[in-house]
Amino acid sequence: MEFKNFLFYLFAAVTVVAALRVITARNPVHAVLFLVLAFFNMAGLWLLLQAEFLAIALVMVYVGAVMVLFLFVVMMLDISIERMRRGFWNNLPLGALVGLLLVGEMAVVLTGKYFSLEALPAHETPAGYSNTKELARILFTDYAYPFELASIILLVAIIAAVMLTLRRRKGTKGLPVAQQLNIKRSERVRIVNMPSVNQFPAGKEEGGDQA
Amino acid sequence: MVTVMTSMQQVFGSMFPLVWALLKIVLIIAPLLLAVAYLTFWERKIIGWMQVRIGPNRVGPWGLLQPIADGMKLFFKEIIFPTVADKKLFIVGPVMAIAPALALWAVIPFADGWVLADIDAGVLYLLALSSVGVYGIIIAGWASNSKYAFLGAMRSSAQMISYEISMGMALITVLMVSGSLNLSAIVHGQERGLFASMGANFLSWNWLPLLPMFGVYLISGVAELNRAPFDVVEGESEIVAGHMVEYSGMSFAMFFLAEYANMILVSAMVSTFFLGGWLSPVGFLPDGFFWLAVKIAAILFFFLWIRATFPRYRYDQIMRLGWKVFVPLTLVWILVVGVWMMSPLNIWK
Repeated sequence: MEFKNFLFYLFAAVTVVAALRVITARNPVHAVLFLVLAFFNMAGLWLLLQAEFLAIALVMVYVGAVMVLFLFVVMMLDISIERMRRGFWNNLPLGALVGLLLVGEMAVVLTGKYFSLEALPAHETPAGYSNTKELARILFTDYAYPFELASIILLVAIIAAVMLTLRRRKGTKGLPVAQQLNIKRSERVRIVNMPSVNQFPAGKEEGGDQA
Repeated sequence: MVTVMTSMQQVFGSMFPLVWALLKIVLIIAPLLLAVAYLTFWERKIIGWMQVRIGPNRVGPWGLLQPIADGMKLFFKEIIFPTVADKKLFIVGPVMAIAPALALWAVIPFADGWVLADIDAGVLYLLALSSVGVYGIIIAGWASNSKYAFLGAMRSSAQMISYEISMGMALITVLMVSGSLNLSAIVHGQERGLFASMGANFLSWNWLPLLPMFGVYLISGVAELNRAPFDVVEGESEIVAGHMVEYSGMSFAMFFLAEYANMILVSAMVSTFFLGGWLSPVGFLPDGFFWLAVKIAAILFFFLWIRATFPRYRYDQIMRLGWKVFVPLTLVWILVVGVWMMSPLNIWK
């Protein structure tokens, strides 16, 4: 067996098991972590297809950022499994439909020779091919305007999210940081020159005792 | 060398790439763990001297066997599981903390051609896997079933995600001037320039033209490591020891190893991106691994120095520094470098 094939079967097997555990795990935190594992192995599969940019972006964006927030929310919420299981029969028809669709699509791909899919050109990579460079070239030349448009939409979404959650509580005693940083020494510290004066000189006190 | 490789190829057959890669991984990780052990010793010594103490000096000559003794102690201690803790995840937490710290070394070039995986997307790999390190802390914090641990995990994940952004943004300027995501190519990009042609190679490295980004990257690196003065994650006086509070014995040692391995890694990354990696600082000395080691040691000393010097940041000030100071600064500097590269004054042709 070639080493690449071995890797493919390893990644594929772990992906399938992890994906199954996502829906069968009783603990929601475990389910999220199994999803992370599935993402990781999917990234491995993509690497085998020489799509290294997509694979690394999957790890960076989904595993590194999105799933962390997901995990956060799941950890914070007190999720009861019983309540989540209650909707099972209501959602079953739709879920079964999606599942059947996926099975059908996979069947078409896997039994490709009956649908003459082999006539499609195979994936070929020239020497010195860099997935990242090619993607960047296309994104920033042919698709520059759609790309910029997408980034502006994302920016709007970010600003909207910030505005929705931005709340100033009244009555907090915290100072604005700019004000804290603009403090001058003279406003806070006053040096007072106090000569040390003994109010009760020793000689006078002694004299008083004697009298 | 070649005959050894061919004979190994015959013995292992199709599994040879795996065996060969594992062999190289051991060659990187074994010295790394030794370096981690002596970094802890060095840290205690240096902080001791800075605070006019002696530091560890009892075990072995000059205390040199102290890290070995510490390791043995941790190894033989019992791992205590808190009640109602999630046992499996409690074990997975430290593993997830140390795995990225070791895996990231795959793309670091130690000298010209000395790199385990010379991939074209090396910088992306670094960014992707370093963002995975946060899982160890979150899992540990949650699985411990302790409020302090959970608070520490929340603080650390917020902090690490915030500073990852400024680190990534600072790297964009490096990518712009190098025109490559390959770490060896980034180092090679730093050997040319006006100063390099005059023999003062160290002035041609990225730190000088990208000076603000060098500072941002270094400081964000400290924050990413959760080390003093950004160590609110541990915050002994507030939340005892953060995510590690319930860990003992070897499971605690794994977090410890991960932190120090990450320190060496961040130093190696700073050296590669901004300080010319394995390149020699002056023209008349040869390049080589020695220079990378010297640079890593200097940056590690900087980390220890600020730990001994600065008080801990307040949590809201950490967030302010990351989001309101570093992110805008990096954005402006990306623009500056872009304009610079398009102008006739471009020095990176």
